Amino acid sequence: MSLDQIGITVLWVFLYGYLIVASIDFGAGFYAYYGKVIGIETVIGPVISRYLSPVWEVTNVFLVFFFVGIVGFFPETAYYYGTALLIPGSIALILLAVRGSFYAFANYGAKKNNLYLLAYGSTGLLIPAALSTVFTISEGGFLSVRGNTVTLLMEELFFSAYSWAVVLLAVSSVLFISSTFLTYYADHAGDRKAREWLRSFALWGGIPTIISSLFVFIALRNHNRAHFQNTLELWWMFGLSLVSFLIAIGLIGYRKNYGTAFVMVMLQFAFAFFGYGTSHLPYLLYPYLTLSSSVTNPAMGQALVVSFVAGLVLLIPALVLLLRLFLFNAKYVKGETS
Amino acid sequence: MSALDWSRGLTEMTLAFHILFATVGVGIPLFISIAEWIGIRKKDPHYTLMARRWTRGFVITVAVGVVTGTCIGLQLSLLWPEFMRFAGNVVSLPLFLETFAFFFEAIFLGIYLYTWNRFSNPYVHWLLTLPIIIGSSASALFITMVNAFMNTPQGFTLENGKLTNLDPLAAMFNPATPSKVAHVLSSAYLTSAFLLSMIASFSMLRGRNHEYYKKSIRLNMLIGLILAVATIWIGDVSAQFLVEKQPEKLAAAEWHFETGNRASLIVGGRLDPVTKEITGAIKIPWALSLLATRDPNGTVIGLNEFPKDEWPPLYVHYLFDAMVGIGFYLLAIPVLFLIMTRMKRWNAFNRWMLGAILAGGPFSLLAIELGWFYAEVGRQPWILRGYMRVSDAATTNPNVGVTFWLFAALYLLLGIVCLLVLSRLFRNKSAELELEERRIIL
Ligand code: HDD
Ligand code: HEM
Ligand code: HEM
Repeated sequence: MSLDQIGITVLWVFLYGYLIVASIDFGAGFYAYYGKVIGIETVIGPVISRYLSPVWEVTNVFLVFFFVGIVGFFPETAYYYGTALLIPGSIALILLAVRGSFYAFANYGAKKNNLYLLAYGSTGLLIPAALSTVFTISEGGFLSVRGNTVTLLMEELFFSAYSWAVVLLAVSSVLFISSTFLTYYADHAGDRKAREWLRSFALWGGIPTIISSLFVFIALRNHNRAHFQNTLELWWMFGLSLVSFLIAIGLIGYRKNYGTAFVMVMLQFAFAFFGYGTSHLPYLLYPYLTLSSSVTNPAMGQALVVSFVAGLVLLIPALVLLLRLFLFNAKYVKGETS
Repeated sequence: MSALDWSRGLTEMTLAFHILFATVGVGIPLFISIAEWIGIRKKDPHYTLMARRWTRGFVITVAVGVVTGTCIGLQLSLLWPEFMRFAGNVVSLPLFLETFAFFFEAIFLGIYLYTWNRFSNPYVHWLLTLPIIIGSSASALFITMVNAFMNTPQGFTLENGKLTNLDPLAAMFNPATPSKVAHVLSSAYLTSAFLLSMIASFSMLRGRNHEYYKKSIRLNMLIGLILAVATIWIGDVSAQFLVEKQPEKLAAAEWHFETGNRASLIVGGRLDPVTKEITGAIKIPWALSLLATRDPNGTVIGLNEFPKDEWPPLYVHYLFDAMVGIGFYLLAIPVLFLIMTRMKRWNAFNRWMLGAILAGGPFSLLAIELGWFYAEVGRQPWILRGYMRVSDAATTNPNVGVTFWLFAALYLLLGIVCLLVLSRLFRNKSAELELEERRIIL
């Protein structure tokens, strides 16, 4: 593999990681709020907070890793995306900041109140919507580049069907991923009541996910024909994604193997996400940036790859430890140890 | 105001806010670790409780540090796209490594927080503090390397606007790195010692008298003494580094215009902007030469050697003097306190002493701000000294003004809520109360 391919693969894998862990987090916030509204917060609240408490900071680092890494491997992106994304990027940052800090304030400091829950729940849906505009912009047609200035065409973005399809897909995926994971976690904790609620959320969440991903395909066809053609060549990846989805829904529907069901959901998104990413290449930003036009110099690239491998050697055992202590430790999950 | 001015304003605001929490985030884990270790070692639950209470407050500040750090990390690309495009090619390695340090810290902090009662051997839980210390101090190390690179860039050649001969390691280990990293770390630890004793002396000033608070102050003053000595010493090393590699920054701080030997040190005073005449200052003959070169006859380069449009703003003189002043204050307090504890006749915990210790907390945070503003403003007009001016690096997006106010509102909100939460955390549950709850009677 060439340097630019290694770089984009590493970044894409981490972005996929963020997609999964952040979706769980964002969706959990929404369900915590929704649970309060329909009066079942004592049922699902504890399950959610037991999972989230030890891992929220780790979730954030996935995102930081991505945007630091992309500037490292593909410095040109800093210029185009950096100039164009000032407003949407800042809004996403502010939402993330409010969410992260208020989560900690409420969880470690004061007692929870309604306003906090509302902020926590609503940002959970708004952040994915804001972040997903980056994918939309990357399809081209939303930037005007004149000489030294790059401007984002806000109006085009707002009235684009594609852009809304992506937002819809992002939000529904968050709810779906989160509910399938929490169903598994509640089941693991032996919390029947919470599991039943979350299971019904998961079943209902699957439908909009699939519908909106269809929308995305249709809108992409109108918006960026070349990219759409590429996705057709990778049809089998999207097909596998659909198969994984059906297995997951089946398992959850028949109340079997929630763990496997969640793995299937992860596969569903892995196939779709990597299918999307692969078909997007070689462009990082239609039509201005390709992998090879924006990649860093070989010396830096090698240094980054070496440090990445060294970093993983350190990181993976630590992550495994974290998961073993909190995710797969039956006593902790059941709330028997502190 | 132009996009450039707004970008500068927003960068200053975000960094000034982040650095407070980042400093706490780097420093406090060391103290948590020391307290927990003493607690296990001496079987003294007071220290264990210290570790627990500090951790609780620490998590709140970490959260704000994390979210503001995320802001600055992305803002670098949003506000300084030209700079990041360039820096991405040369100095992204330490930035990238920093994210691994964050990962490492975040993972072990998560484990540490929720495993107080999990292990039968208490040292296992204590061991978890080590990766947290390593992770947070390594983040400071790596980010400071980036900043050092901005001051003394190396590891590349620029030919007709093209970058060649790239050497990421040389960029990382540039001449500014050693003194800068050492000073940033030691000052972060020093600040933490004073913040922690500030909390304890605040409680004692409000009439609480438990041995717990005294132990906390004694411990922090002892460590604080060592750190104050180290910080001043490394500060002096930093100044000598400036003399050699960045003489205009030191000259601006010392209002030293004419190159020459036997230069005198100027403290305070007023500068006439036109004639460059200094009035009302304390002048210590030969001292600048002596400090800068270790020789009263040594030659110190003055600002006049540099073109006027490359002069940093001269108000940095006050920032530097104030930082150094606070440095000596932070040395004097522990010395005084420790002398008083040796003297049987004196009560080291009298109101005056407690007040002076309390003031050390805000003062040390102020010194952090002063030091950073000195270091960053003293680099002006360069963003990459000698290669890229700040004015060439800023975004061309016209909407920076809006984002400035949005972030201003965000930091105001975070600042207020964070203070409220922290004060409630320590007030609602006094140490005495918690000792009773945990049935610790000594
Ligand atoms: C508690 C905080 C604190 C204290 C008491 C001091 N400093 Fe400091 N100083 C810092 C916190 C700091 C800092 C925030 O860590 C800076 C900002 C950028 C940097 O590299 O370190 C800094 C920068 C800084 C620089 C600029 C370095 C550069 O730009 O490369 C010099 C020359 C000094 N300091 C010197 C001193 C001296 C001689 C001190 C005492 C007598 C002193 N500092 C006390
Ligand atoms: C972490 C502690 C740091 C603090 C507190 C800090 C603080 C500041 C301040 C106060 C300014 C404004 C100077 C002026 O008045 O013009 C500034 C400028 C700047 N700094 Fe730093 N800095 C830090 C480290 C860094 C690092 C590590 C980087 C780069 C990766 C960086 C990037 C910049 C940029 C891009 C500017 C804009 C130029 C300007 O406004 O003058 N800073 N910083
Ligand atoms: C331009 C300068 C800086 C940038 C771009 C930056 C970036 C960041 C980012 C992205 C985070 C969040 C990481 C996470 O998600 O966990 C963060 C947090 C942190 N930063 Fe900064 N940082 C800067 C300056 C500094 C400095 C100078 C220090 C140390 C002296 C520092 C120490 C930390 C620490 C320890 C954290 C972890 C949070 C905590 O423990 O409080 N940062 N920073």
